[in-house]
Amino acid sequence: MDQETGNKAEGVESNTQGHGSCTFVNGLRVALSTPGAILLASAAGFGALANDAGMSLFNAIFMMAVFFALPAQVVMMDQLARGGSIIGGALAVALTGVRLVPMMVTIMPLLTGARTALWQRLTAAHFVAITAWFEGMRLLSKLPDWQRMTMFLGIGTGMVTATLIGTALGFELAGSVPPAISACLLFLTPIYFFLSLMAAARLTVDWLAIVIGALLGPPLYMLTPGLDLLFTGLIGGSAAYVAGKQFDGFFEDDE
Amino acid sequence: MSDGLLTSFEGTLLLLVIALVAHEPFRWLGLYLGHGLDAQSEIFAWVRAVSTALVAGLVTRLVMFPVGALSEVPLLIRLIAFAAGIAIYLGTQRHLGAGVFGSATVLLIMQLIMQ
Repeated sequence: MDQETGNKAEGVESNTQGHGSCTFVNGLRVALSTPGAILLASAAGFGALANDAGMSLFNAIFMMAVFFALPAQVVMMDQLARGGSIIGGALAVALTGVRLVPMMVTIMPLLTGARTALWQRLTAAHFVAITAWFEGMRLLSKLPDWQRMTMFLGIGTGMVTATLIGTALGFELAGSVPPAISACLLFLTPIYFFLSLMAAARLTVDWLAIVIGALLGPPLYMLTPGLDLLFTGLIGGSAAYVAGKQFDGFFEDDE
Repeated sequence: MSDGLLTSFEGTLLLLVIALVAHEPFRWLGLYLGHGLDAQSEIFAWVRAVSTALVAGLVTRLVMFPVGALSEVPLLIRLIAFAAGIAIYLGTQRHLGAGVFGSATVLLIMQLIMQ
């Protein structure tokens, strides 16, 4: 294992000939790393938002478990809290969900190399969200085929546990800490989302989508409340796609 | 009515239905498509652009039109803390944690100074 990635992968290294349960525990331990801490804090931000929106603790935790994707959760909760249409909310949720397809397509070949049961594949699929996906892509290729699914189920279980604890913590803290700290908890969600978008951006199209989406969000919110996110995504994303293609094409022609 | 959905058992069921109808199927679709699809393809570039723009729009809305305790913080402070988060992220060789926690820390310190 190379020097650069070795520091975060000591759990993986020590286990190249271990048993299934050991691999699973090593996966769980990934939640104790920096990405796990960020995820816990982001889930705390979601918990604080949920408290503020007037959601019950149970529904907030339940939502975290069944979606396990913060953007979809914040979109849907926001829609319910503002009394927007449920169909409009569901459509916006679906638009945030489509980005899971390419994540699934890239991680599944790593997971299904060895024989796996359907329940394992469905469970692994549910764990696919930005953090677990990223850690999976980073760590799984270092393992032999037959250990990967177990490792990823461990990573996912650890991440889900971290988010459930985070949600409960954020929810309870938001109601009891001074307003200045509560404001910081509520601030975690937007800054985490934005920096994650920056971290995931590769192409000109991605950067344009960030800028155009960010600029379109507030005016569309004032013009078409309830459907604003849907329109921001479709209009902003499509414009970014077209403009990005032109831009890349321009430079290719130039060269 | 919407208030009821946030707290009631009906709300719990609604969340479950929306997750199973509008969200989880994309994971199943990815599972089904499996190896047979190129993740770099054009359709994915567009899909990612739409999701990205939506989330970016959500971010600016959360910062510009915040709720609860955050709405008590002046807009200028929110914008400075946000910009600080981006600057810290970029200045720490793109360390997500440094950016996120740094931004929240800047927001806290500026609130304390303003008091």
